Amino acid sequence: GCFKAVLNMVSIDTKFLFQDSCGLEGSIDHELRLDEFTGVIVPIPSSANRQKKTKDLLNQGVSFAPETFQDPREPKIKFAHGTTTLGFTLDKYVVVACDSRASMGSVIASNTVKKIVHINDFIVGTIAGGAADCQYWERVLTTECRLHELRNDEKITVAAASKLLANIMYSYRGYGLSLGVIMAGYDITGPSIFYVDSDGTRLKHHLFSVGSGSPHAYGILDSEYRSDLKEEDAVELARKAIYHATHRDAASGGTIRVVVIDEHGARSVWEGDMNELHEKYQKAKAKYRSDQMST
Amino acid sequence: GHLFQVEYAQEAVKKGSTAVGVKGNGVVVLAVEKKSVPKLQEERTVRKICLLDDHVVMAFAGLTADARILVNRARVECQSHKLTVEDPVTLEYITRFIASLKQKYTQSNGRRPFGASCLIAGFDPDSTPHLYVTDPSGTYTEWLANATGRSAKTVREFLEKQYSTDSVATLDLCVKLAVRALLEVVQSGAKNVEVAIMEDKKSMRILDIESLEKIVSEIEKEKEEEAEKKKPKK
Repeated sequence: GCFKAVLNMVSIDTKFLFQDSCGLEGSIDHELRLDEFTGVIVPIPSSANRQKKTKDLLNQGVSFAPETFQDPREPKIKFAHGTTTLGFTLDKYVVVACDSRASMGSVIASNTVKKIVHINDFIVGTIAGGAADCQYWERVLTTECRLHELRNDEKITVAAASKLLANIMYSYRGYGLSLGVIMAGYDITGPSIFYVDSDGTRLKHHLFSVGSGSPHAYGILDSEYRSDLKEEDAVELARKAIYHATHRDAASGGTIRVVVIDEHGARSVWEGDMNELHEKYQKAKAKYRSDQMST
Repeated sequence: GHLFQVEYAQEAVKKGSTAVGVKGNGVVVLAVEKKSVPKLQEERTVRKICLLDDHVVMAFAGLTADARILVNRARVECQSHKLTVEDPVTLEYITRFIASLKQKYTQSNGRRPFGASCLIAGFDPDSTPHLYVTDPSGTYTEWLANATGRSAKTVREFLEKQYSTDSVATLDLCVKLAVRALLEVVQSGAKNVEVAIMEDKKSMRILDIESLEKIVSEIEKEKEEEAEKKKPKK
């Protein structure tokens, strides 16, 4: 740790001399950095080779990333992963919905996690994967978005914000971060959503669902989604999709939260326990069945 | 206090060939003085008007080599901005970038300020036209019309008198004003002037020699008519 701090303070040439004399030459490969004065790309220790370095160090008995950190079958420390989050765009607004369960293996760690993060008044991000990673990096993204606003005197677009996050994720490839974020917002180009994950993937589409409950949510969304839905129908669709995912997926549950973002900003439109919805839908199903029987 | 290196750089700019920029109605025009080249020199290797991106053009006055570095860095930054933010640069952003770069070189060891003053013109993605001027100290300002280089003061005074919304209401009027301003200090003749025209959502156009000659002869005629009017009537 201290050694690294010293390395960061000296110039490039001194760094390499230092490494030579300490006999570390062989284990460090080169990444590229843009020198702000000359505009020239200079080599510095690489992140792309971190995976190789991790494996090498593992052979020596040292490891950091979850895959090498502990046996995946017998984990000593379990990470919270199970979730269902979804988002879709309509003509003039975006709907985002999440459950609120954090599960560690077969233990429910919490049923009241806030999985929708407000990046700014017009953009939200969802949390899926490693809760700590998501919370931390979305917080970093919030600061970067605010800086963009201050420097350029204009609101950041959802495309730019998601690109910032995706680039950060890409530069940390191989470090074992775990994120599956849906970035949703309303900007000068209208409503849009992007999917960003810890590999550095960034995708644009009108409909996304992320998490262990996403297959169930997709079933509901794909059958009933239309781009011209009214707000109350869209919110009901989002609620229904999350409910069905929480019903069938053990790692999803708790309170369902739905957020709508339009030209006036992001607002929370519904928050309720999935068990209440369960009773409502069961009653509706019972009624449907009895109607069928009587006709 | 004086930052002498910066002042010397500004002197270098004052020795360079003149460049004029005029913002009109839906158009921005840059005109530069074309120094006469020796007989054996290839004329087209001296390019003072540079395209930074499809919608941004730059002209400069001062040390050509220094300006070349700025142009290269700005071109890279235009593309980098497109990559990270998925939007073309605004004029203000790229001007701020060039100005910040110039400022960095006024405040670091072993480096000297750039001896070039840039005129940056074009249209933002939202179709508003802009004309910015940067200076070796790293300051940037927005203008309706300005000039840098040799005799810039004379040209600017001319523009202050002649510029109005009417005098730049059409593209042709705007071009004529820019050329006329430049001809105040440059030897008269179409071969001494190079004109670049930027219109919204269109690529940059360098005015061809025939159109330029027509404009120059029109200006000559107008000058004669004005001189006639001024003559005392008997």
